[in-house]
Amino acid sequence: MTHLRPRRVPRLTLAVISLLALLALGWPSSSIFAAHHKGKKAVIKIGVSVSLTGDFSGDGQSILHGYQLWQSFVNHHGGLRGHKVKIIYKDDASSQTQVQTNYASLISNDHVTFTFGPFSSLLTVPASREAARFGYAFPEPAGGGPQVFQSESPLHNVFFVQPAPVVDDFASFAHWILSLPKGKRPKTAAYASEDDPFAHPQVDVARKILTKGHIKNVTPSAGSSHGVIIWPAESPDIQSVALKIAQTHAQVVVLGTTGLPEATGLIKAFIQQHYNPKALTEASGPDQGSLFSKAVGAKNTEGIIVPAGWWAGASTFENKAFVKAYLKKFHGGLGGISQDAAEAFSVGQVVAQAVNKDKVLFPASKANAALIKELHHGRFSSIQGPMKFNKLGEPEGKMFLVQWHHGRALPVYPKNLAVRKPEYPKRKWH
Amino acid sequence: MLLNWDLISGAVVLGIFTGGIYALMASGLTLTFGVMDVINVAQGALVILGAYLSYAVEQHLHIDIFLSLLITMPAMFLIGMLLEVAFIRPLKHERTVFSILVTFAIALVIEGILGKIFTTNFVQLGANAWYVNQSFKIGGTYVGYIYLFGFVLAAVLLAGLYLLLYRTRFGFALRATVENRTAAQLIGIDVERVSAITFGIGVSLAAAGGMAFGATQTFDPGSHYDLISRLLAIIILGGMGSLAGAMIASIFMLVVFNVTSVVYSPTWGTVVFFVLLSVVLLVRPQGFLGRAEARRQ
Repeated sequence: MTHLRPRRVPRLTLAVISLLALLALGWPSSSIFAAHHKGKKAVIKIGVSVSLTGDFSGDGQSILHGYQLWQSFVNHHGGLRGHKVKIIYKDDASSQTQVQTNYASLISNDHVTFTFGPFSSLLTVPASREAARFGYAFPEPAGGGPQVFQSESPLHNVFFVQPAPVVDDFASFAHWILSLPKGKRPKTAAYASEDDPFAHPQVDVARKILTKGHIKNVTPSAGSSHGVIIWPAESPDIQSVALKIAQTHAQVVVLGTTGLPEATGLIKAFIQQHYNPKALTEASGPDQGSLFSKAVGAKNTEGIIVPAGWWAGASTFENKAFVKAYLKKFHGGLGGISQDAAEAFSVGQVVAQAVNKDKVLFPASKANAALIKELHHGRFSSIQGPMKFNKLGEPEGKMFLVQWHHGRALPVYPKNLAVRKPEYPKRKWH
Repeated sequence: MLLNWDLISGAVVLGIFTGGIYALMASGLTLTFGVMDVINVAQGALVILGAYLSYAVEQHLHIDIFLSLLITMPAMFLIGMLLEVAFIRPLKHERTVFSILVTFAIALVIEGILGKIFTTNFVQLGANAWYVNQSFKIGGTYVGYIYLFGFVLAAVLLAGLYLLLYRTRFGFALRATVENRTAAQLIGIDVERVSAITFGIGVSLAAAGGMAFGATQTFDPGSHYDLISRLLAIIILGGMGSLAGAMIASIFMLVVFNVTSVVYSPTWGTVVFFVLLSVVLLVRPQGFLGRAEARRQ
């Protein structure tokens, strides 16, 4: 047997290899080392996973726009306690597994100080658990479904930065319907929703409130889930759902849509079926500004309602600056500003206020522990209005209703926030 | 449970019309498999590319989306030939397996390029065209004109393809290549040229299918993922390589989905289709018009 004589490795080679290994491990960009740089303030890296491809790519892109606008805004105003902020993002392709990998990588490899959430409850559930594993706070703009908060072991690190828990999104709509004078009040309603943790629970809430208010549920019972037609995300054709609803001739339709394709597909099908409900609301889609009006035709948007936590004309904290910055960067009109972007911007606002109060940025572990504590106890301002979170991280406010009026989505309910009277009944399709 | 026959007949009619559009999208897939043993998983992305080309023509040249096909189909034919020469032709061994990987890469590149050019926002073709919004009564329900026009377009193009395959010299060469590639070469057929043209035809049909798809629903560069899974199910059920099989399977899939949806639940629409797909494949592993039959059609 031949024995190989061990070769001596020159010291210089060893030093180079050691240096390369250190560089590969992230030194000196690691936040641990960065924190100790004297004189020069370290950049605060914030990691986000966004859906730039796949099912949520439209919303994902708007979320990224919101984060990036906040980054420019906060840096323009002196940064986070004097430190410049840099948003580091990774595409999750709308995948539940990829979103987990992304956050693990952002924390372990990119050494971000904070993490902000992705789009949708579907992705927030696994992502928030991954962040919790590292002890990171998880303020998020668009994952408010009950599954995010209700589990056997509720998380302590999630904060849904919208005015109200998603499950209550349609509650305002249901209360508005029941507030109509008895003679005008509709008598029948139909319900349908995508099989999704964001959409289905809120449709169920509307159904319960309206049924209790003696609005008869005329949704066909065969195959429905407690009086709600459920369609799978991978449906090859949404027409059959529309056909089924249209045949009920319900006066009110509540639709748990998760994005523009289903929202516009159902409306187009209703138009083709000459089905004109007196009130129509969708969970998502009509909040996409000009993307929505272009897809269904501006005249057909009239009277459509969507629950909202923000609108372009609101006189809320820093909203004017946000709208101005958005229009400067992405152009278009007020109606073209996506609500997703506003929600993402709010996340940044809330975190900035919390960090200014707790005053901890280094190391990341302490910064996140302090941030979690502050977010649980503090009150914050945002372009969506005041924010306060309960012990589960759910917001404690209420959503309002936005209705399309002459090509613009405007607040119509409740009265104290409304800039127009709600249009009822909705005009017939053009 | 009372059956609403108006609803069921509406679901059947919609299923037939929408099935025609799916057949158009799947025809290129089954054609390239039949001739070249290539499983082109980029077909969904090519359909979306076709839809975006129609969108660009509609937005910038203000040309009706059906007329836009006069520009997009020849353009896509050239793109298809280019793809075949550059990426498919070099695959000499294990062509079927490697073609899946290569065409998947092509799909990802197309998605990325479309995302850069058009952004990832959803768009719809002909949002204000009369035939997209208006409908006609059939039985007790209404059907949008776009579905009828899409079906007619599919029928005309697939009939044209049939004539090309069975009434022309090129069709003879193509069918000979399907039968036996080596024997076709021996009798002097330039099989590589035939393959390139076939791939081009398949991709240009994707342009037409994309236009019809984009006029019936909103789409974005990532819409191809859902699409390709349905198209593959269609050509497996119809019989790999069979055009008529693709047409029958498309209509079968959509009618089963729609009828199950309106009679019971949309959740069960997909389940029932795949159960039936499994049953058919157990009885006829080659699908409705499997390869042996397809070659004789």
